[in-house]
Amino acid sequence: MRRPAARLAALALACALPSSAMSAGEIWVTNEKDDTVSVIDAATLEVTRTIPVGKRPRGIIFSKDYSRVYICASDSDTVQVLDAATGEILHDLPSGEDPEQFALHPDDRHLYIANEDDALATVVDVETRQVVAQIDVGIEPEGMAVSHDGRYAIVTSETTNMAHWIDTSAQSIVANTLVDSRPRHAEFTADDSQLWVSSEIGGTVTVFNTADKSEVGKVRFEMPGVHPDKIQPVGFKFSPDGKTAFVALGPANHVAAVNTETLEVEEYILVGRRVWHLAFSADGTQLFSTNGVSGDVTVIDVASREPLKSIKVGRFPWGAATRP
Amino acid sequence: MPLPRALAAFVAAAAIHSSALAAELDIPAIYFEVGVERPPTLSNLDPVPEDLARAGAELAQKDIATTGRFLGHKYSLDSVYVEPGEDPLPAAREALAQAPFLILNAPAEALLAIADLPEASGALLFNASAPERALRDAECRANLLHTIASHDERADALMQFLTWKRWTDLALIVGPEPADMAFGQALRRSAAKFGLEIGAEAAWSYDTDLRRSASGEVPLLTQGLGDYDILLVADETDGFGQYILYNTWSPRPVAGSDGLAPVTWSGALEQWGAAQLQGRFEAAFERDMRSEDYAAWLAVRAIGEAVTRMGTSEPAALRAFLLSDEFRLDGFKGRALSFRSWNGQARQPIPLVHPHALVTLAPVEGFLHQRSEMDTLGLDEPESACAAFAN
Repeated sequence: MRRPAARLAALALACALPSSAMSAGEIWVTNEKDDTVSVIDAATLEVTRTIPVGKRPRGIIFSKDYSRVYICASDSDTVQVLDAATGEILHDLPSGEDPEQFALHPDDRHLYIANEDDALATVVDVETRQVVAQIDVGIEPEGMAVSHDGRYAIVTSETTNMAHWIDTSAQSIVANTLVDSRPRHAEFTADDSQLWVSSEIGGTVTVFNTADKSEVGKVRFEMPGVHPDKIQPVGFKFSPDGKTAFVALGPANHVAAVNTETLEVEEYILVGRRVWHLAFSADGTQLFSTNGVSGDVTVIDVASREPLKSIKVGRFPWGAATRP
Repeated sequence: MPLPRALAAFVAAAAIHSSALAAELDIPAIYFEVGVERPPTLSNLDPVPEDLARAGAELAQKDIATTGRFLGHKYSLDSVYVEPGEDPLPAAREALAQAPFLILNAPAEALLAIADLPEASGALLFNASAPERALRDAECRANLLHTIASHDERADALMQFLTWKRWTDLALIVGPEPADMAFGQALRRSAAKFGLEIGAEAAWSYDTDLRRSASGEVPLLTQGLGDYDILLVADETDGFGQYILYNTWSPRPVAGSDGLAPVTWSGALEQWGAAQLQGRFEAAFERDMRSEDYAAWLAVRAIGEAVTRMGTSEPAALRAFLLSDEFRLDGFKGRALSFRSWNGQARQPIPLVHPHALVTLAPVEGFLHQRSEMDTLGLDEPESACAAFAN
């Protein structure tokens, strides 16, 4: 990995400034095979805390005020709620079986959870801790997204190969759109005009127009020397300026920087092995990737698109979330 | 599974957003099994399940029915069993009159006889059981695709691993059954292909109850094999292979039909989302999913995926799509599966397993191919004498 001396010096300088430490925040990473969460200080790029949680933690998300963190403990069949300051487990939520990913409605109350083994999406009210609705979806639901305006929740089902559009006011499906094989992750653009869905085995990201749910286009990936079968897009995140989508490519061990206008890949950034999910530092200058097989997190400088550092975390890091 | 609360709404919604695909379709398929008398096995530990293969087809049927529910596609799966010794052709004719898609669990001769029926000419048949080379070679049939891995693919997977490990000096014991000899021949060919040497061979001919005498007989037999890195066993019918392990004269590992085994599928697989497939299978059938189960599952899933993408139930159109570069199926083996356009064999990774863990997944890293690394396993286009797929 290249590490130009000048950048390192700049980084060291940045780390010395307390104000930037405030703005960079923390990155929380779930370690699927260690049953822990590693907390990385985004300023010092060190693991500051390791918090024991339930079995096979995967999806992770913060409440709006960042006081609580929700974690899908897949093999404990529960969603755990932790105090983000102390790392203490406050209580569990009734999640349905094998929760893998989830999304929090902008009302900060309703958690949409994909129950992978039951072909269900479960909606839980985090205040009353009650299940509000269960919705039949395709086989092996996984990816979950809620639009920023709160209107739609999206579940992707891995074996059925669809994005199911749930109207959150009625808690029922209003549309099903086909995507390529094994959809894993879904995100709305900041203005909710588009929905992006990654397909791990299909090797594509499908972009939908939210208004009429039509397909706008597809992002395709091609890397010299890497067979297309090994390019498996999973997690992705939009840059704060909305111009770039960073897409984790799984066993291709790279993160692609995709132009959101042209849907063309601008660059492939080398990270650790089996890259799953991504999170930006709170100030948006750094991107963190969880690398499952190598058991570490790669820190990418967003401006230069260069990897800066690898941070050792627990076994099989999977999910990532930012806490300012 | 609870009934959908708003089935009509789903279908209506699907009709709006994927109108090209949402025509109401009926897709009838039949799981067709030709029973065989199996040679007696010594061990009572591992009986062949009665629903072997059929269980996989039924699981996949549930999977695709869910997808179909959202698209207005109605899948059905019936099951036909022909007793050992009976002529399978009348039943096959009847099945083909009801459904153009057959998932076949049958010996090679029966497969060919069914594929050659006039009634089968416009049908699409899937071989979920027969690993013989000839079916992918000169004896291929245009209407017969193969989802079970061939002897050649399995042998090549093992040899790639042995090459990578540099365990290059081999010995081989081959059993007396035709299947044993066919796999033994595949191992010989594959060893030559990858430059490994089978130094000594022995034919298995004992008919004693090895559970009592293995510790006496096997050292004597294997002592004669001289020095080798690993002992290969071709025992496809479970006659003796399991008694070779740890009874050899030299302290050497065993691979092939027993020990480190190249398979289409195994209960030991859990990566690449396989844990979920295994979980669904176990919950439904209360046993591990095996190679034949997976092959039948893959066949039914392939039909479903093709119907979903093409929006038709027309066998010829589906066959063309299955054999095209566009077809990519998630088979829980970490790579998109497809079919080889020259002989209809499913293009898939081959796991090398022992009963409790995956050792590696072939193609092994470093074995390259201009089209797909998976094509380093089994009969490649220039090697196959199959002509039925030529146009």
